[in-house]
Amino acid sequence: MDTLLSSEGDSQRTQYPYVTGTSVIGIKYKDGILMAADMGGSYGSTIRYKSVERLKQVGKHSLIGASGEISDFQEILKYLDELILHDNMWDDGNSLGPKEVHNYLTRVMYNRRNKFDPLWNSLIIGGVKNGHKYLGSVSMIGVHFEDDHVATGFGNHLARPILREEWREDLTFEEGVKLLEKCMRNLLYRDRSAVNKLQIAKITEEGLTVSQPYSLKTFWNFAAFQNPTVGAEGSWILCLMMFCCTKTCAFVDASFSFIARHGSA
Amino acid sequence: MDRDATSDVNAPHSMGTTIIGVTYNGGVILGADSRTSTGLYVANRASDKITQLTDNVYICRSGSAADSQIVSDYVRYFLHQHTIQLGQPATVKVAANLVRLLAYNNKNSLQTGIIVGGWDKYEGGKIYGIPLGGTIVEQPFAIGGSGSSYLYGFFDQAWKDGMTREEAEQLVVKAVSLAIARDGASGGVVRTVTINSEGVTRNFYPGDTLPLWHDEVEAHGSLLDILNASNPEPMST
Repeated sequence: MDTLLSSEGDSQRTQYPYVTGTSVIGIKYKDGILMAADMGGSYGSTIRYKSVERLKQVGKHSLIGASGEISDFQEILKYLDELILHDNMWDDGNSLGPKEVHNYLTRVMYNRRNKFDPLWNSLIIGGVKNGHKYLGSVSMIGVHFEDDHVATGFGNHLARPILREEWREDLTFEEGVKLLEKCMRNLLYRDRSAVNKLQIAKITEEGLTVSQPYSLKTFWNFAAFQNPTVGAEGSWILCLMMFCCTKTCAFVDASFSFIARHGSA
Repeated sequence: MDRDATSDVNAPHSMGTTIIGVTYNGGVILGADSRTSTGLYVANRASDKITQLTDNVYICRSGSAADSQIVSDYVRYFLHQHTIQLGQPATVKVAANLVRLLAYNNKNSLQTGIIVGGWDKYEGGKIYGIPLGGTIVEQPFAIGGSGSSYLYGFFDQAWKDGMTREEAEQLVVKAVSLAIARDGASGGVVRTVTINSEGVTRNFYPGDTLPLWHDEVEAHGSLLDILNASNPEPMST
């Protein structure tokens, strides 16, 4: 029996996800970190749960957001509970900050990956400690980054281009929230597993708040949407500009909603 | 197409099922159909998928019959010991989390979705859904099993918070009945279990007590009854 490449007695091997959460986005702003995630738990193509909290506090200084298998996220939260408990039990005045929590999770995810038994999540850790803002991400195979703005899943393709254009070091809270909402609205249009019920969490030196669940307005009132085949009845060629490539559409969607909102405001 | 029915008899027992748990003002109501199938054959047309864990906590089982039975046996065993050690009835939350532990830690071997429902003096009536994978989700109502696919829209429209016991019971029976109408893997009778501060009540709704849905016709003993009732003349062309 080839025991080098496969383990005897199928303990736990690479599984497949069942109940999953979609994108999480995080940005640094003037006073700390802002993170956004919707509250959907999908079961394949069914949107099975619509009140799943995917942003959670970790200790005094950190915030974690997760996408992927929810049961594995619930297990990670239990690991983190234990981590923070032991940290508190030292009773030495020190406490684990976001950088330490990020490192711990990176080790956990990578070691599970090496055993072919991953925790099927992409995680975002953010926080502020002693005036230092920290924002990082870890994937299910242990790939980890630290950056001014991070995202998981679809967020990498739809949100980060917007953030690359519009993120600044000195964003105020209001500007940060608007920027995150712009990204989340875009995800709502273009990510099939997105759900219109989201939470935004803020963490600063002073503390953490997770917003109540709320929904975003969406914009459908474009001439091109109302009569897509006018002038060519029976055709399937819709507005050429809108559909030449998905990235362009997403960007056009985002700018249209920007225009629509600011035009009417 | 010419497979004979005997080849299904040895297929794994699966509860293509419809299971439901709802909270109402005062407790919870659990509901289920009664069909257990092995392949295309109905192995048991009157199964009881609502299983007791303690005096105040019951579960609805779906998916593999074997897996759900063994999970419920283990959790009943652990809860029994826990109750002795605690000195008072176990809470619904503890029961649900024990089910989660088994479901999560054996996620590669088990194929069962479970709804845990009960009443305790701290939180009142509570429902927890534990789908495949071992996620635990506390909900005001939960649906599961293959028949639940047909009920998402129904509950989106019909569910209201703070229902009375009678309203909740009627909702559960209607929902299971609708699912049975469309899901081949669900059928038989509708069973409900109501749990509140006063205790537990079991109810049984055989097919003939359920309403008729679209394209369903009334049941008769025989064609002869129909013919004799409408006119005493012999059949016309």
